[in-house]
Amino acid sequence: MLGLLTWSFNLLNPKMFPKAKSPLFYFNSFLQQVGEVGLLFFQTFKNLFKKPWEKRIFIQQLEEIGVRSLPVVSLTAAFGGLVFGLQTYVGFHRYIGPGSETYGGPIISLGLSKELIPILVGLMVSGRVGSAMAAEIGTMKITEQIDALFSLGADPTRYLVVPRTLASLVMLPCLTIYGDIIGMAAGFFYNVYLMGVNRVLYIRNTLLYMELWDIMSGLIKSAVFGVIIALIGCWQGLKTEGGAEGVGRATTRTVVIASILILIVNFFLSKALPADI
Amino acid sequence: MIRVVDLHKSFGNNKVLQGVNLRLKHGETLVIIGQSGCGKSVLLKHIIGLLKPDKGKVLVDGVDITSLRNDELHKITRRFGMLFQGSALFDSMTVAQNVSFGLERYTDFSPEEIKESVKDSLAKVGLRGIENLMPYELSGGMKKRVGLARAIAYRPDIILYDEPSTGIDPIRADAINDLVIRMKQELKVATIIITHDMVSAYKVADRIGMLYAGQIIEMGSPEEIKNSENQVVQQFIHGRAEGPIKNW
Repeated sequence: MLGLLTWSFNLLNPKMFPKAKSPLFYFNSFLQQVGEVGLLFFQTFKNLFKKPWEKRIFIQQLEEIGVRSLPVVSLTAAFGGLVFGLQTYVGFHRYIGPGSETYGGPIISLGLSKELIPILVGLMVSGRVGSAMAAEIGTMKITEQIDALFSLGADPTRYLVVPRTLASLVMLPCLTIYGDIIGMAAGFFYNVYLMGVNRVLYIRNTLLYMELWDIMSGLIKSAVFGVIIALIGCWQGLKTEGGAEGVGRATTRTVVIASILILIVNFFLSKALPADI
Repeated sequence: MIRVVDLHKSFGNNKVLQGVNLRLKHGETLVIIGQSGCGKSVLLKHIIGLLKPDKGKVLVDGVDITSLRNDELHKITRRFGMLFQGSALFDSMTVAQNVSFGLERYTDFSPEEIKESVKDSLAKVGLRGIENLMPYELSGGMKKRVGLARAIAYRPDIILYDEPSTGIDPIRADAINDLVIRMKQELKVATIIITHDMVSAYKVADRIGMLYAGQIIEMGSPEEIKNSENQVVQQFIHGRAEGPIKNW
């Protein structure tokens, strides 16, 4: 899958056209890349339990991934909530009839917490943080800083990949919870304050039909997205070659591959996770 | 101390090392010369365990490091200090954090001892009061010296230098040569230097080996290398475009 994504991306690069390769080449390349990511995941998991833990980098990454993503998550969640609130209002008003808009609350909460917010947060963080991870690690790779880490007794996976993956695993669900609150508030604001929907009924219906599992399943998804973003960013960074151009290529590939993977994995998780428990 | 036995390494179709053999004794300074891109840095990276060979062995006091896992390998790399070609200072860290990096991992020093050791290592390379500067605030020569301070901070037995005089002016390059000699005398370390700078090679080397076509084609004292009858060696040490080496 990653190979096909990379291949699709390569097709966008005009330099690739004169060098058309056989499907077998792309299949091999696909297998190789899946193997690389699989191995990195395995090494990361294995190193989770080994000392020394890189607490300083973990805390730095918590700030980088979490705190510094708050503005972009606030904006996307707010406008996502507003537009979702708008269409839900239109839908109920047009197809069910006036007065039914109060049922928009649970629909908005369900859609935002299960699907829209985890995906928006995942895409925003992959663009902002995944690319930064690839650029930082890629620059370290081409300037021999990763070799220097190794020579000074630090395992690059343990030092670079583990804290980023852990921080991403922790912060994506936090950002999603935050985005859920902002998005639901924006949907409430649109319906109640702009369209005059009954506030008490809107809140009552929301609390009546919304389930904790709706939020939990969104958090599970976002945790998976967090691991995807960090692993793809670190993987692309660690395999960077060819100077500044290589770093640019690694960052772009990170965003493309991570974003598409998020959308694909989201579908399968939506299918796999039960609707309610 | 170090023995490299029949080392082979290819990258795709490019056969970089094709049976390298060499030996480094305690306290000796070995300089490896050769054209740019001939595989000198690749050889050095095998010696410190950064690359795994396709075939061959790297023995450090009899232990073949090519078959070790990372955790075991780090017990051996504790004995190495390496100065990288571009210094490879961690650009998100201060000078002090760079120099203390190996100390924190390889020793159980207290924070005060680490601080003292950082000061001491920087003083050894002629730098004082720059602990809180960032790498981007340093000149090329200072970066090399900080890189060297980082490499010697945890008192390794073997120091590897990857083109220490590349990218700096001749005066600073000579100052680096003096540092290399001083490190050897003060710390009693064995040294491997990769360079294509013959002035440096003659000044610091006990022995010089020339890497060409993936093999060490000549090994001897600076005098023996100067008087070598090998035309490839003669062309290289005199820096002539005409001669048996054509692939430049």
